[in-house]
Amino acid sequence: MSVKTLTIDGTAIAIEEGATILQAAKEAGVPIPTLCHLEGVSDVGACRLCLVEVKGINKLLPACVTEVAEGMNIQTNTEKLQTYRRMTVELLFAEGNHVCSVCVANNNCELQDVAVQVGMDHSRFTYRFPDRGVDISHKQFGIDHNRCILCTRCVRVCDEVEGAHVWDVAQRGAACYIVSGLNQPWGEVDACTSCGKCVDACPTGAIFRKGDTTAEKVGDRAKLEFLVTAREQQQWTR
Amino acid sequence: MSKTVVIDPVTRIEGHAKISIFLNDAGEVDDARFHVVEYRGFEKFCEGRPFTEMAGITARICGICPVSHLLAAAKTGDKILAVKIPVAAEKLRRMMNLAQITQSHALSFFHLSSPDFLLGWDSDPAKRNVFGLIAADPDLARAGIRLRQFGQTIIELLGARKIHAAWAVPGGVRSPLSEEGRTWIRDRLPESFETITTALNLFKTLIDQQLKDEIGIFGEFPSLFMGLVGKDGKWDHYGGHLRFVDSAGTVIADGLSEDDYASFLGEAVEKWSYLKFPYYKPLGYPAGIYRVGPLARLNVCRYIGTPKADQELKEFRDRAGGVPTSSFLYHYARLIEILACLEHIQDLVNDPDVVSPRVRAEGGVNELEAIGVSEAPRGTLFHHYKVDEHGLIQKVNLIIATGQNNLAMNKTVAQIAKHYIHNSDIPEGFLNRVEAGIRCFDPCLSCSTHAAGQMPLHVQLLGADGHVIQEVFRD
Repeated sequence: MSVKTLTIDGTAIAIEEGATILQAAKEAGVPIPTLCHLEGVSDVGACRLCLVEVKGINKLLPACVTEVAEGMNIQTNTEKLQTYRRMTVELLFAEGNHVCSVCVANNNCELQDVAVQVGMDHSRFTYRFPDRGVDISHKQFGIDHNRCILCTRCVRVCDEVEGAHVWDVAQRGAACYIVSGLNQPWGEVDACTSCGKCVDACPTGAIFRKGDTTAEKVGDRAKLEFLVTAREQQQWTR
Repeated sequence: MSKTVVIDPVTRIEGHAKISIFLNDAGEVDDARFHVVEYRGFEKFCEGRPFTEMAGITARICGICPVSHLLAAAKTGDKILAVKIPVAAEKLRRMMNLAQITQSHALSFFHLSSPDFLLGWDSDPAKRNVFGLIAADPDLARAGIRLRQFGQTIIELLGARKIHAAWAVPGGVRSPLSEEGRTWIRDRLPESFETITTALNLFKTLIDQQLKDEIGIFGEFPSLFMGLVGKDGKWDHYGGHLRFVDSAGTVIADGLSEDDYASFLGEAVEKWSYLKFPYYKPLGYPAGIYRVGPLARLNVCRYIGTPKADQELKEFRDRAGGVPTSSFLYHYARLIEILACLEHIQDLVNDPDVVSPRVRAEGGVNELEAIGVSEAPRGTLFHHYKVDEHGLIQKVNLIIATGQNNLAMNKTVAQIAKHYIHNSDIPEGFLNRVEAGIRCFDPCLSCSTHAAGQMPLHVQLLGADGHVIQEVFRD
């Protein structure tokens, strides 16, 4: 496999062909904020937080789904990018019903972390206050659509790691929401193995363990990485 | 010509309210009303949430007494799970409630009310506050602030934060007390006992001397009293059953369960206030007026169960020559309760169960309707939930302590106004006394309407024809 050379924020780096800009940045030690990216599953470029600027290209590119090319000159933290990222996070907050103070994921939420990271202290956009529901029909878990940011990590982890494909996305645009089975109550979906990977994959408090109260959810992301490494590299120790 | 005086906002209480005083043609007070002017709608927007979140959500009703909602919600949750919580969990919950009562009562007495007692009803309003107290008596102010800190820190030691700790959960609590926490509480107890002894002696001196008349003027009237009592009529704040006594000390209803509250408590509504008017159903509205809170708890119990507090309770009753019925004695009752809380904390902190790791029972949705009750610093608090088969909230009713004192607060305000106000020219100090009538009850209007905000005051003097003659505003 050939190697591509490029620069990220002025740092020269060489990485194998086919790698994404996000992987290259990680290699170079350059942090890029993400929400829909999850190690071990495919990328979809849903959240737009990892947008970067590539010299000579007149649009912003999502680092998680853009492959590196020879001689690329990438900027990851320009003023323009900072503005867009903050706006993206503000829109995510304005779109759903995110009440951190009483959320199960308070203090353990990637959306909250990213808001801090991009310097969002309030949203300039009018909150939509959508009328969304909560499904706690499953014996062990629940999904609160108010807190869902449609990153589709649950969809991918269930399909690609567990192989059950319980989750999917219904509707379009602002009406989009995550469905279980054929838009059935989660507790009635036979395909669900109750493995809990979607709980660990969820970056917010949208999918949680039933009975969790304020700030009690602890998503174990390392467990997912372990499962992927175990499967792909036959390493069975954590 | 008749007139109305409006005090808006009422100061040094928790929440927003105003008082209207109605004068007749002769310039005498006809009536006075205490209006609560805020609304938040917690009962509505909790619908659709999992019942397990109710403790965290309802605790947000109030920053002063979040623990009260936390415990009432957790107790209601226990009943939905239909589990018996571990012994350690109950003791820990009790400890947090004792700490909560201590800090809230200390706030009421030292920060909010003592400036009136020590600086004078008619002193400069700009200095008649906790800062004025600090300037006038720094040692007392510091001791009072540290007593409140003692309660707040216990809450933090248990729940990891002073305010809105979502620590009590359906089935128990999240974590026990640490050994370090235990040591801190033990070390700080002697100072807290010293402070409350000083405050009790000070208040007794005040009511023997300069505040002697206030007892007869500030809400002195017969009414029923309601509160939780334990076995043998022991003072309780968390468990036990409900009891009503009358002003003669006769138990008129006993062994009542919170589950049946709708059979003995009615909630009337008046168009001039967002605060409902609960009443004792068998006597009807408004004859079924009853009071809750520190004075009521001391009146419904037979004994407190700790030596120093029982001694103070005896003196409290001896001084009144029976059942103390003046709302001004809420302050006195509050101080006795702090002493009781400290003694109970002292007992609990030495109990091996409070460091036990077995603090949480688990269960599914086994009951679709449940009612939980707990004694908040201001009185008895009910949470009533209906859930679907998965545990999503369908209906919520919250009956708050302050609301239950609503009829009594109105009566108190009217009594004080009638005593002091005789024409439309009203000195500020008289209006302050009217406000102080409300402060006796230490109302938490944020809780009682499940509403937000500080409590400013607006007093209106209204003529018989309803026009405003004089208004006093304070932010």
